[in-house]
Amino acid sequence: MLDDLTDAERKALAQCRHAILGVDRPLRLDCGADLGPYRVAYQTYGMLNDAKSNAVLVCHPLTCDQFVADRHPVTGKEGWWESLIGPGKILDPERYFIICINVLGHCMGTTGPQAREPSTGQPWNLRFPVVTIGDMVRAQAALLDHLGIPDLFCVIGGSMGGMQVLEWAASYPKRVFSAVPIACAAHHSAQNIAFHEVGRQAIMADPDWRGGRYLLDGTNPRRGLAVARMGAHITYLSDAALHRKFGRKYQDRATPTFSFDADFQVESYLRHQGSSFVERFDANSYLYLTRAMDYFDLAADCGGVLANAFKDTPTRFCVISFTSDWLFPTPDSRATVHALNAGGARVSFAEIVTDKGHDAFLLDEPELFAIVRGFLDGAGKARGLNAAQPREAR
Amino acid sequence: MLSRLKRDLTMADVARGPGGSRIDLLVVSTMVEPGSRVLDVGCGDGELLQLLETDKQIDGRGVEISQRGVNECVARGLSVIQGDADTDLGFYPDKGFDYAILSQTLQATWDPKTVLGHLVRIGKRAVVSFPNFGVWHVRLKLLVGGKMPVTDALDQSWYETPNVHLCTIDDFVDLCRVLNIEIEYAQVLDAAGRPKSLRAPGFFANLLGEQGLFVLKRAR
Repeated sequence: MLDDLTDAERKALAQCRHAILGVDRPLRLDCGADLGPYRVAYQTYGMLNDAKSNAVLVCHPLTCDQFVADRHPVTGKEGWWESLIGPGKILDPERYFIICINVLGHCMGTTGPQAREPSTGQPWNLRFPVVTIGDMVRAQAALLDHLGIPDLFCVIGGSMGGMQVLEWAASYPKRVFSAVPIACAAHHSAQNIAFHEVGRQAIMADPDWRGGRYLLDGTNPRRGLAVARMGAHITYLSDAALHRKFGRKYQDRATPTFSFDADFQVESYLRHQGSSFVERFDANSYLYLTRAMDYFDLAADCGGVLANAFKDTPTRFCVISFTSDWLFPTPDSRATVHALNAGGARVSFAEIVTDKGHDAFLLDEPELFAIVRGFLDGAGKARGLNAAQPREAR
Repeated sequence: MLSRLKRDLTMADVARGPGGSRIDLLVVSTMVEPGSRVLDVGCGDGELLQLLETDKQIDGRGVEISQRGVNECVARGLSVIQGDADTDLGFYPDKGFDYAILSQTLQATWDPKTVLGHLVRIGKRAVVSFPNFGVWHVRLKLLVGGKMPVTDALDQSWYETPNVHLCTIDDFVDLCRVLNIEIEYAQVLDAAGRPKSLRAPGFFANLLGEQGLFVLKRAR
C-alpha cells in the first residue's frame, strides 16, 4: 500500500508518522461505502503524560496539513500555526501532547483520491468515495484508538478545522474536554458552496484534468487548480486587507502596459498564490475536500435543530470569530453559540476586531492568542493539568 | 455648592469585604443558593461570577458586550459570551438557569422592559441591581443645579453616558407590576454597596437608597 506514492506523499511520510487502519474493520463512510485499509498520516509534538490527560488535537484547514509546527517537506516553509504552537507558546509541547492529522481525502500521506484502490492497484481518482467532515473525524478517532489515547484535553482548529472541532464535540462529547472552533460554522452557506463550485469547475474545465484521470495520463490540471486557488484566496482575505497590502499599485512598472499582463500587484500576488499552490496540492483532493465542507450541516444530522447536536454536552467551548471574515461571518458563529447555550453547554464566545479577513486565525492576532491562552489555562485548571508533568522522553 | 455635595467615594473604591470582594457583589452573592446555575448578564470583567464560583460553587455563564471584558473573563477561566443583553437574551431557553443576574446594567439597555421580561423567563429567579435615580442628592442636584446630575455612581455627562434608561426604585417597582413580576425580596444599598436597614420598596428607600437590589420571579 505504501508503494506508488506521489512525490509529495513520499516526502510527507518521510517526515511524519502514519498508521494503516481499517484492516480488520473498514471505515463505514457517510456515503455508504466501506473504506479499508486506509492510511492516516499525522504529526506529533511533545509527550503524552501518564494520566493521558494532555492530548491536544489540532484540526487543519482545507489547504494546510499535518505540518503544523515544523518545516513543510515540500515547500520548506515554516509550520502554518507556529504562532500558536511551539516551545514557550500557547500550545507548548512541554505541556501538551499535540497531534495534527492529515484529513481523509487529502494528499499529504492520508488516503485520498490519488491513493491506489486495493482491488485494481490503480489510483482511485473519482472512484474514491466522497468523504464528509464526519468521515474525517471518525478516521481521526480511529487513529486515537490505535494510539491508545482515550480522550482529548482540547480539539482546536479554524475554518474546515473548526468544522472538525464541532463534529468532534457533537460525535464524541465524552472524548472532548474542551473545544475551540475558530472562524467556522455548523453548516456551509450557499455562498460558500457557490465559491467552491467555481473552484471545482475551474479544475474540471482544465483539459489536463482528463475527467479526473490525470495521474494515469501523466498530466496535471495545474491551471485549473491555480485558478481555483486564486478565487478561494480572495475569500480568505478582506477588501481592507487587499487594499492595505496592494491598493492599485503596479507590479514592477510605472504605467499600465495596456495588455493582460499582471500589471497590478494584486494580480501578481494571486498568480503566485495559484502557481505555488499546485506544487503542494492535488486537484482531485481539492474537489473532495471542498465537497466535504459543502456537505457539512450539523443541524441536518440532528432533526434540523443544532442545539440537539450539543444537548447536555460536558465539553467546554470557546468559539471565536473575526469581524472582517466574510467567508464565515460572525452571525454563523453566533448561531453556533446560541445552539450551545440552548443545549446548556459551557461556552465562551469572542468576536475579534480585525480587518485581516478569514485568514486572521493564521496570522499574528494578539487578541486571538490572549483568548485561547486564557481559555486553555482555565480548562487546564479544571482538568488538573497543571499538576500533571509530561512523561520522561523515551 | 454642588461640589460640596459630591461624595468622596468612587465606584473604583467601593468598599471591599474581608476576601477583597466588592461589598455590593457580596450582597448579590448572598441572594444565590450554593450549587445553582447562574447567568450573569453584563458580567464585566467577571468578578461576580468568579466570586460565585468560588464561594457558592455555582455553574456560571456570562454575557458581556465589551471585548476587553470578555477577554478578562475567559482568561479567568469563566464561560462568557460576547453579546448584547438587548439582542441576545431571546436565544436562551425558558428556565435554563436558577438565577439570571443583571447587576448595574439595566439602565444601560435600550429596552429595559424586554430585558427584564427575558430575565424572569430565563431564570427561575432574577437578581437585578441598579443605581437609584430617586436618591435625595440626585433629586437635589436637578432641583437646585438645573442640570443632569453627575454623581460617583453615574459619573458621565448626559451626552456621553451609556446609561440611557435611568429610573428610580419606585419606577422599577411600577415596571415589575406592568410585567406581572413578583418582587420576592428588595433591599437598598448605600454608596459603598452596603445594605441599608430601610423597608424596601417604600418612600424612604427611594429617597435614601443609592442602589436598589431586587430578587424577582414571574408571578403565577
